[in-house]
Amino acid sequence: MHTETFSYLPPMTEDEIRKQVEYIIEKGYIPGIEYTFELHPKVSYWNFWKLPFFIDRNADKVMEELAACKAKNPNAWIKVTGYDNKKQCQVLSFVVYRPEEAAQPA
Amino acid sequence: MAANNGKNTAHFEAGVKDYSAPGRHYYSPGYEPKDTEVLAAFRITPQPGVPFEEAAAAVAAESSSGTWTTVWSDHLVDGARYAGRTYEIETIPGRDDQFIAYIAYPLDLFEEDSMPNLMSSIVGNVFGFKAIRALRLEDLRIPPVLLKTFQGPPHGITSERDRLNKYGRPFLGATMKPKLGLSAKNYGRVVYEALKGGLDFTKDDENITSQPFMRWRDRYMFVMEAVNKAEAETGERKGHYLNVTAGNMEEMYKRAEFAKELGSRIIMVDYLTVGFTAFASLSKWCRDNGVLLHAHRAMHAVIDRQPNHGIHWRVLAKWCRIVGADHVHNGTVVGKLEGDRRSTLGVNDLLRENYVERDLSRGIYFDQDWVSMPGMMPVASGGIHVWHMPELVNIFGDDVVLQFGGGTLGHPWGSEAGATANRVALEACIKARNEGRDLLREGNDILREAAKNSPELDMALQTWKEIKFEFDTVDKL
Repeated sequence: MHTETFSYLPPMTEDEIRKQVEYIIEKGYIPGIEYTFELHPKVSYWNFWKLPFFIDRNADKVMEELAACKAKNPNAWIKVTGYDNKKQCQVLSFVVYRPEEAAQPA
Repeated sequence: MAANNGKNTAHFEAGVKDYSAPGRHYYSPGYEPKDTEVLAAFRITPQPGVPFEEAAAAVAAESSSGTWTTVWSDHLVDGARYAGRTYEIETIPGRDDQFIAYIAYPLDLFEEDSMPNLMSSIVGNVFGFKAIRALRLEDLRIPPVLLKTFQGPPHGITSERDRLNKYGRPFLGATMKPKLGLSAKNYGRVVYEALKGGLDFTKDDENITSQPFMRWRDRYMFVMEAVNKAEAETGERKGHYLNVTAGNMEEMYKRAEFAKELGSRIIMVDYLTVGFTAFASLSKWCRDNGVLLHAHRAMHAVIDRQPNHGIHWRVLAKWCRIVGADHVHNGTVVGKLEGDRRSTLGVNDLLRENYVERDLSRGIYFDQDWVSMPGMMPVASGGIHVWHMPELVNIFGDDVVLQFGGGTLGHPWGSEAGATANRVALEACIKARNEGRDLLREGNDILREAAKNSPELDMALQTWKEIKFEFDTVDKL
C-alpha cells in the first residue's frame, strides 16, 4: 500500500524528515501532525496529534512532537501536513512513519 | 401638403463616414477605460494605405455598434453608450505594417454568463473585415462585474487536491495508447497497469469517443473496474478522464451520468470542438454532480497558431477558466523557444492565480483580477520523459498535471514499471527541491541517486536520453 507523496521513496531518516519540516516552516505554512490506525483511500480525516503548530512554528518542536506521537502510537501511520492560510488549504502532506508491522514497503 | 412629400432633402447625414471621424467615438485616443469595460488588445495588419487610426477605429466599430454606413435609426440611440473605443495605439518596433490597438468595450454590449455572445462580438464578423489584412486578438481583460456572472471551474485546484488527497506535488498522468483500435478490455488493462504503477490519472485520447471498435459504455465499464482495482491495491485515489465528447448534449449528458454512476471522479471534454455552449452546460453538470472536468484543447492550433491572425492561446485559455474546467492542456515548455516558454508561463499564471499583472515580456497585456474564481490545473503533456522531470518541477511547481504518455507506456518493462519510474523521479525531485537543492544544476544527479533504489527508474534512465541543461542556473524568467 502507498500513502501519496513520498511513498515511492525509501523511508526517510530523521534528518530528511527534519529538512521537509523546515521547508514547510520556511514557506510560511503551518505544520501539523496527524495519525491513524486504519489506512483507507476513502478516508480523508486522520486524528490530529494536538492542533497544528499555529504559534510555535519551529522544527525542533515539530520533531519532538513527532517522536512523542510515535512513542504513544507505535502501530499508527503518522504524517506531517502543511496548511497555507493565504491559499486557505492544505498544501503538503506526507507519511513519515508506518506501523511497525507494515514497515516493509508493499 | 408638400408636393414632394419632403423627399428632396436628406433627413439625416447619410453615407459612409470614416470610422475614426470625430464624434463617432471609435477612435478616442487618451480615453480612460472604465473598470467595468472589457478591454481587448488586437494585433492589426491594415490593408496597404489604410492609416493605423482608421484601421483601429474600424475594428472597434465592427466589433461593437458600427455598420459600414450611417443609418437613420442611429439617431434613436445614444451612440456614445455602445461604442467600442480604441484608446491607445502601440507601434511594434521594426514593423511598419502592423500595430497593437487597445479597445475598450462598454459592459452593456454583453450578456451575462454567455461566452458565445462575447465571442460573436469581439471575434465575430470583424475578423473577415476587408479594410484589414489580418487581425489577431492577443489578450482580453474581463472586468470583475462581468466575470462574476460566470462560475468558472466546477471545482478548482483546492477542491481537486482535497478530493484526491494529493498534496505538495504535481499530479502524474498518461494518455492511453495506441489511440485507436484497442478493445475495451485491452484498453482497461493499459489503464490498470499505469495506475497500479503509481500514476494518479490516465486519460482518453481526444478522438476516442465511441467508435465501432470500442463503444463508450464498454470502455467506461472496463476502465472503472481498472481504476477501482488500482485504488484498492495501492491505497491511493485515482481517476481516468472518461471522454464524454459526443455529437449532441443529450448524448454527452447520458455518458456523463453513466460515468458518475460508475463512480468516476473525473470526465473529459474537447472544449473547443464541442463549442462553448456545450462546454458551459457540461461544466454546470460537473459542478452539480461533483465530477471533475478535464478539458482537451483539440483544434486550438487552427485558431491560435498564426502569429498575425486569429486568437492567441492565452485568450482561449482564459475563456476555458471563465466557462469552467478543472484542467486544461498548456504547453510543456521543455525544449521550446524562449518566447514560447515565457508565454506558456504567463498562461500558467492566468489559469492558476487570483491576480495577474500586465507583463508584456510574457505576453500579458492587461492586469486581470480573477476575483476569487477558482484556479485550474494546467496540463503539460507530450514528448516528455523522466529526464525532463527536474526541469518540469522547476518550471511548473506543484499545481500542474504532468502527463507522460510514451514516457510511461514506452518503458521496456511495460506501463506499470514506466509509471513507477515517473513517480519515483517526481518524488525525488520534490524532496530535493524542498531540501533546497538546485534542480537545474543537480537534476541529473538527483535522478541517478533515486534510481539506486528503483530498478524501474534506472531502466527508464537508460532508455531515454539524458538532457543537457543549457540554461543559466540563475533563472532569468
